[in-house]
Amino acid sequence: MQKVEPFLLSGNLAIAYAIKQLNVDVVSAYPITPQTTIIEKISEYVARGELKANFMLVESEHSAISACLSAAASGARVFTSSSSQGLLLMHEILFITSALRLPVVMAIANRAVSAPINIWNDHGDIMPQRDTGWIQFFVESAQEAYDKVIQAYRIAEDHQVRLPVMVNMDGIVLSHTYEPVYPLRDSEVASFSPWNLSLKRLDPDNSLTIGGFCYPDYYFETRYQSSKALEDSIPIISKVDKEFGKLSGRSYGLISPFKCNDADTILVSMGSISTTIRATVKKLREKGEKVGMVSLRLFRPFPLNELIKSIKNAKAIGIIDKALSPGAVAGPLFTDVTSALYLSKMSIPTVNFFAGLGGRDVKIEDIESMFTNLKKIPKAGKIKKHSYYVGLRG
Amino acid sequence: MPFKNLKEIIARQDFFSPGHGLCAGCGAAQIARIVMKIAGKDSIIINATGCLEVSTTTYPWTAWKVPYIHVAFENAAAVASGIRAAYDALIMKKKLGKDVNVVVLAGDGGTADIGLQALSGAFERGDRIAYICYDNEAYMNTGIQRSGATPYDAWTTTSPAGQKTLKKDLMGIAIAHRVKYAATSTISYLLDAANKVEKALSISGPSFIHWLQPCTIGWRYDPKLTVKLSRLAVKTGLWPLYEHYDGFNKLTVQIPRRVPVFEYLKLQGRFRHIMDNQEELAKIQSYADELAAKFGLGPVAE
Repeated sequence: MQKVEPFLLSGNLAIAYAIKQLNVDVVSAYPITPQTTIIEKISEYVARGELKANFMLVESEHSAISACLSAAASGARVFTSSSSQGLLLMHEILFITSALRLPVVMAIANRAVSAPINIWNDHGDIMPQRDTGWIQFFVESAQEAYDKVIQAYRIAEDHQVRLPVMVNMDGIVLSHTYEPVYPLRDSEVASFSPWNLSLKRLDPDNSLTIGGFCYPDYYFETRYQSSKALEDSIPIISKVDKEFGKLSGRSYGLISPFKCNDADTILVSMGSISTTIRATVKKLREKGEKVGMVSLRLFRPFPLNELIKSIKNAKAIGIIDKALSPGAVAGPLFTDVTSALYLSKMSIPTVNFFAGLGGRDVKIEDIESMFTNLKKIPKAGKIKKHSYYVGLRG
Repeated sequence: MPFKNLKEIIARQDFFSPGHGLCAGCGAAQIARIVMKIAGKDSIIINATGCLEVSTTTYPWTAWKVPYIHVAFENAAAVASGIRAAYDALIMKKKLGKDVNVVVLAGDGGTADIGLQALSGAFERGDRIAYICYDNEAYMNTGIQRSGATPYDAWTTTSPAGQKTLKKDLMGIAIAHRVKYAATSTISYLLDAANKVEKALSISGPSFIHWLQPCTIGWRYDPKLTVKLSRLAVKTGLWPLYEHYDGFNKLTVQIPRRVPVFEYLKLQGRFRHIMDNQEELAKIQSYADELAAKFGLGPVAE
């Protein structure tokens, strides 16, 4: 492989560059911090003629996702992006996009939700979208954001999948941080994620009614089919990632466990915080601490088997949620992980750490304190508290 | 070329099939049928949630012989814009050859209320879509609740004592967006309607048709009266038939001698509570007179 020089790109610009190379046909989006520079950059590409696409400047995120949905139903390759309140405004249409089996790809610069209004990162915006039936990735770097968007079209447009895909990238932390990003050549992207005109589209020569009315006699089956398609997408997601690895030298897996094999305590997390945890694990390992971590690259469908395999030998597990789920048993990721453990008949002690809300920094020292907390559990033989709000002021 | 007689229109192929579940005497079915006769095969229909949608697409059946999509209630215009954008892009990139008519059918709730923002966006962007609002003057699908298009004094389940505000001026809203073509229509003037649909489809930007649709259930009348009521709405001056093209309004059906509004109102159960109320009847008559003066209709026949 000929050596490619890296570009210095933020997560947002890396995604915009991928969209240009993917030769997307229709982009529809509405400005919201921190995803805005994605659509600004794409606007430039379109204005300069570097990307031949129809850029629809709509009056809301609700219309942005609606237009992407119908453009995809017409056979076009589409893209949108959003954050926070914008994503919440899209909520209604997200369910419809997946149930109609339309390959919409969306990048999300994850941001806290109001109130109070706050433009910094957490996962409060994405957690309410858990049940919308989309494939949901979380990335840890600008490079991964770029790579994942390219993979996303291959997966979404696969005839066995035909589902929308979200690529979640921590707002500000990743969306606005410049890193070296190794791009693929245009021709490589084109051959890895080729566009094909779908046969199931709004076409006068093959008339189709999309989005009809279902009585109780068919509704259940219809919803089941899209849910099943999401479950069944795991092998295809893995296959695309492996093929991408062959092409680029970079593949990510559904999850990325680090030092888990002999670890007594493990932290489970998603997004950019995982990079901090990995650094902490390295540091503590040097001191002889048997710690490990798992970063979930894929959140929906939930990679249950892969996760269990990597955490099954732990003596205590901490799960980090960057979102609250008020009134629930615990945080959203915690609930998933503990359900997975229960279904796998494992009773490993678990603790829920809520951290990093509204852009509050989570430092190496914070991660160390989580590991210290977990370390005490096997010795004590019981859990003092099931949930901790890390760094919360009294 | 404009249509000269009804035969020409009736002879056209149907792309909206009988056998749907709309009520006997439903005006919306007649609108769908005539729109499809004019728009023809190479058209994509976008339908907002409503009577027309639930009654014509019950899975596994469909009344539509053209591609049809329903997404939600408030986004018909945005869905239409997405289809327009997709076809334009795919044709520009030579991935597709043939263009289509992009036609929206949405009720008054989906247009004047919950869908107004998306419609405004599509108008402002100048997207080449034909947006047809079938206006039955309330949320009929959910059981006759008032909408922003419910007329003054009309009974609905959420205006049990009668609607106390005037109908929202959708044509005024469309025209304020500088759409090149906007028109009013109703099913009793078929030739007028057909020509307006044809014209709307020929416009290079957004076009809008505000189509009055009597509703047997919601207006409380005998199904056989649908066409008659539609005609009386025009003859009273309450529904002037006109078009707005390139900045100018033009009356398309002149009513030299108007019928008093009482003749229109008395056939509808939704106005039963004001039949003996001269003050309220006079208010509605004066509203019709105002419209007549604005659009140049004749005086009320003695």
